[in-house]
Amino acid sequence: MKVELNVNGATHVAEVEPRTSLLDCLRDNLLLTGAHAGCEHGVCGACTVLVDGTAVRSCLMFAVQADGYAVTTVEGLSPGPGELSVLQDAFCETHGMQCGYCTPAMILAAHALLSKNTQPTREEIVDAISGNICRCTGYAQIVEAVALAAERMRGQNLPPEQP
Amino acid sequence: MSAPSKFRFVSSDRRVREDRRFVVGKGRFAADIVPAGLKHVALVTCPHPAAQIVSIDKSAALAMPGVHYVLDGAELAQATNPLAAGLDTPNVPRRPLAVDVARYAGEWVAAVVADTRALAEDAAEAVAVDYDPLPFVLDGEAAYRGGVLVHEAHGTNVLLDRTFVWGEVDKDFAASPHTLRHQVKWGRSATVPIETFVVTAQWDPWREMLDIWASIQMPKYPDQAAMALKLPMSSVRVHYDVDVGGSYGVKRGIKHTVLVGYLARRLGMPVRLVEDRLENMRGGDMHGPERNFDVEVGFDDQGIIRSMRMRALDNVGAYAGRSPFQLGKPVGAIVGPYRIKSVQYQAIAVLTNKTVQEAVRAFGQSPTNYAIERTVDEVANRLGLDRLEVRRRNMIRREEFPYLIPSGSTYDSGDYHTVIDKVLAHAGYEDMLAERGRLRAQGMLAGIGIAACLEPSGGNSSFEPLLNPKVGTTTWMDSCRISVDLVGSITATMHTTSAGQGHETLVGTVVGEVLEVDPEAVRVVRADSLNSLPSNSPVGSRMAIMLGGAAFHAAQKIKDKLIAIAAHDLGVPAERLTYKDGGVFDPSAPDKKRTWTELVTVAHRYIHRLPPGMEPGLSVSHIMPVPGGGGLPTADGRVQMYPCYSFEFHLMLVAIDPDLGKPEIRRYVIGHDCGTVINPKIVRGMTMGGIAHGIGAALYEEFAYSQDGLLMAQNFMDYLLPSAHEVPPVEIVHHETPSPLTVFGQKGSGESGYLGAPAAVASAVNDALRPLGIVVNSLPMKVTRLGDAIAAAREGKAAT
Repeated sequence: MKVELNVNGATHVAEVEPRTSLLDCLRDNLLLTGAHAGCEHGVCGACTVLVDGTAVRSCLMFAVQADGYAVTTVEGLSPGPGELSVLQDAFCETHGMQCGYCTPAMILAAHALLSKNTQPTREEIVDAISGNICRCTGYAQIVEAVALAAERMRGQNLPPEQP
Repeated sequence: MSAPSKFRFVSSDRRVREDRRFVVGKGRFAADIVPAGLKHVALVTCPHPAAQIVSIDKSAALAMPGVHYVLDGAELAQATNPLAAGLDTPNVPRRPLAVDVARYAGEWVAAVVADTRALAEDAAEAVAVDYDPLPFVLDGEAAYRGGVLVHEAHGTNVLLDRTFVWGEVDKDFAASPHTLRHQVKWGRSATVPIETFVVTAQWDPWREMLDIWASIQMPKYPDQAAMALKLPMSSVRVHYDVDVGGSYGVKRGIKHTVLVGYLARRLGMPVRLVEDRLENMRGGDMHGPERNFDVEVGFDDQGIIRSMRMRALDNVGAYAGRSPFQLGKPVGAIVGPYRIKSVQYQAIAVLTNKTVQEAVRAFGQSPTNYAIERTVDEVANRLGLDRLEVRRRNMIRREEFPYLIPSGSTYDSGDYHTVIDKVLAHAGYEDMLAERGRLRAQGMLAGIGIAACLEPSGGNSSFEPLLNPKVGTTTWMDSCRISVDLVGSITATMHTTSAGQGHETLVGTVVGEVLEVDPEAVRVVRADSLNSLPSNSPVGSRMAIMLGGAAFHAAQKIKDKLIAIAAHDLGVPAERLTYKDGGVFDPSAPDKKRTWTELVTVAHRYIHRLPPGMEPGLSVSHIMPVPGGGGLPTADGRVQMYPCYSFEFHLMLVAIDPDLGKPEIRRYVIGHDCGTVINPKIVRGMTMGGIAHGIGAALYEEFAYSQDGLLMAQNFMDYLLPSAHEVPPVEIVHHETPSPLTVFGQKGSGESGYLGAPAAVASAVNDALRPLGIVVNSLPMKVTRLGDAIAAAREGKAAT
């Protein structure tokens, strides 16, 4: 069946089975491979994307359910070729990753937090990323990245990151 | 090699170049690589811990649209060789698909190929396999005693049972006024990366080439794949420019690769296997050690440990690849950081009807370190001495290095007492003791955890000849190639995949340091296995030493060549010339100089200005042997296992609400000495990540089995990975004792954290529980187990 998806501001039409997950549709049909399969049962969070600005697990959602919503993947965060968003740059500054597999999802979860909360406490950051498992870092440099991004965004007097 | 006193790029807090592609979702993971016409594999697995495969009916599956093939074990066994095993155990053949008998629940029995992964999974359910269940054995000790045999033809369940005696063990015990003996257990867990194992293979029958893209971290992977597939190695091309989504040892998907490689060739189609999480945990053959220790020590009134007897029995599961060697690596640090004069070590690997064990971070050293550290704690408790003081008394002192341990390894360098002092000062140890007292006064259980550990790094895989006399391995090299092109750009090539260790940053930093150019200007690429130099992949905390060393020496060769060209071109002896910032000049006559561009041009274009006999161009390779060389073990099993030994000291405060039984880490400080740090961000991340992983192994993670032989932890709701809530902030106290054996004084740090954290958590929990008279000598210390033990102890106390 056909599904019409608004992803990163553009409309895509994809031919999917009713059982096709949003994750598989993004990866296989739209070739947006920044979303990753980790557990495919909704625990690890590696498949996180934003649906109308809220972090959701794309492995637990059917592609057809996303019809009519604005989906944001990590590919939609970068301001342009070779450029990084403030948050992405902060992850590089603190080395908030190692293998990079959970990273796009981690950044989207943090992006969702920072779009609502410009001055998150450590607890709020931990809470926001606690649905995303990172097996490499022990989270310290991830938490620091989010805090650094929040600080820099405040310093630049920018509006909160928009989904 | 003497270390320069000051570095330009090494040790500075530079960014990790790999990160840029990951933060925008442009990593290139194995599942992102999709050859045209790709077909997908799903697996049919055995639901019994042991069963005779009576028949396999493929007809219903093959009749489904979009299904191309159903492969069984008989066909695959006919066409391929068994997978390589580390030990000399020819009657324990291991193959991707079971032949006649399946030996653990989840073992692969057949593989289905279809147009999509979903279709393949549907079809796998339609494959009808008739089984006759067989008797099985799960417990390692029971399997060791005999009874049910996992492999009848092998005649026993024992793969390895060897006792080493290093030094005068009996005499030292006889002379010890005290002895202590206890049993400790390390439960079955693993590193469980977030990316499961993925492999894609494509066969080109006209070129006779099998291309492989895999999320691999494995030494000798192309060799083993080729041998099992009965192909020349020159017909197997493994692509190393694949980002690996975490591994920490386990991504050795050789059986996956042989299966998919065969299917790709048999069908003439590109074929991919992506494990789902259940497959990864049950049949992916990536479980870690499950080890029972029996430890006895002899010691004096001061707590000085004179001798140790250790028996370690590892339950390696139903087949063996390299995993029994995980009992061998600990030989290289069998006394930990302590001056124990003599050791008896019995290493036992047994087969059971459980999932196959694979290499896990630190390759068996973390369980052994846990056993040693638990023992040191108990020695202190027995004598009523302070646990810190007992460690200090036993530890090798700075002036004693290089220090030869009884099992034949010489520790290169260390300054353990200083690291401990720095940690205590940073942590405010007295305040921590006071805080423990306050918590206890409030009715909480509270404990301080103390653990030391060594991180052996950069070794020769000497556990191979140690445990299998038919293997004579004495070298375990790594390599780097550097080319300067005719316009002067530098490209360095490495010859392995990476799984988050930042090796491109490592190579760029080292080449930049030696050639005195901006590391960002050094392009780092990855070869494939056919245009490769030898590499043994990032295992055993070796890459800072070995890849860093290879890059150093290759860059040094470029530098030497530039100096030689300049010397010839200027007509002055090379000894008079100095290399600086890419150019070469004569300090006594500064107008005598050649710039980088001039030298590169001469090398590439002007053979008439090159020294006679010199190859034109600027391309060099360096294949680096392990520092110190290599040698075979002695008859009594002494061998230099690793050249370099990092040191860590963990200190933590844990509080446990006695009504809940849940340990909460209130403070965690680690002293860390891996010699010269090449990239502080990477070393910090490795340390933090290792600690998180160790906390998981100590408190949460377990591949538990039901009594009927089924794996109970089959998803992330049963197998608990620490989230950001479970991992506390960790304070790192750095210390630097350079290794005298490496190019910058660096040592390994990839296994750091994981080596000491489980022991430290166990130390803290036991300190907390001591007032109740409880000793917990089994990991993981799950909340339920601790809660039950605390409740029983309190009831018992109330009753008495």
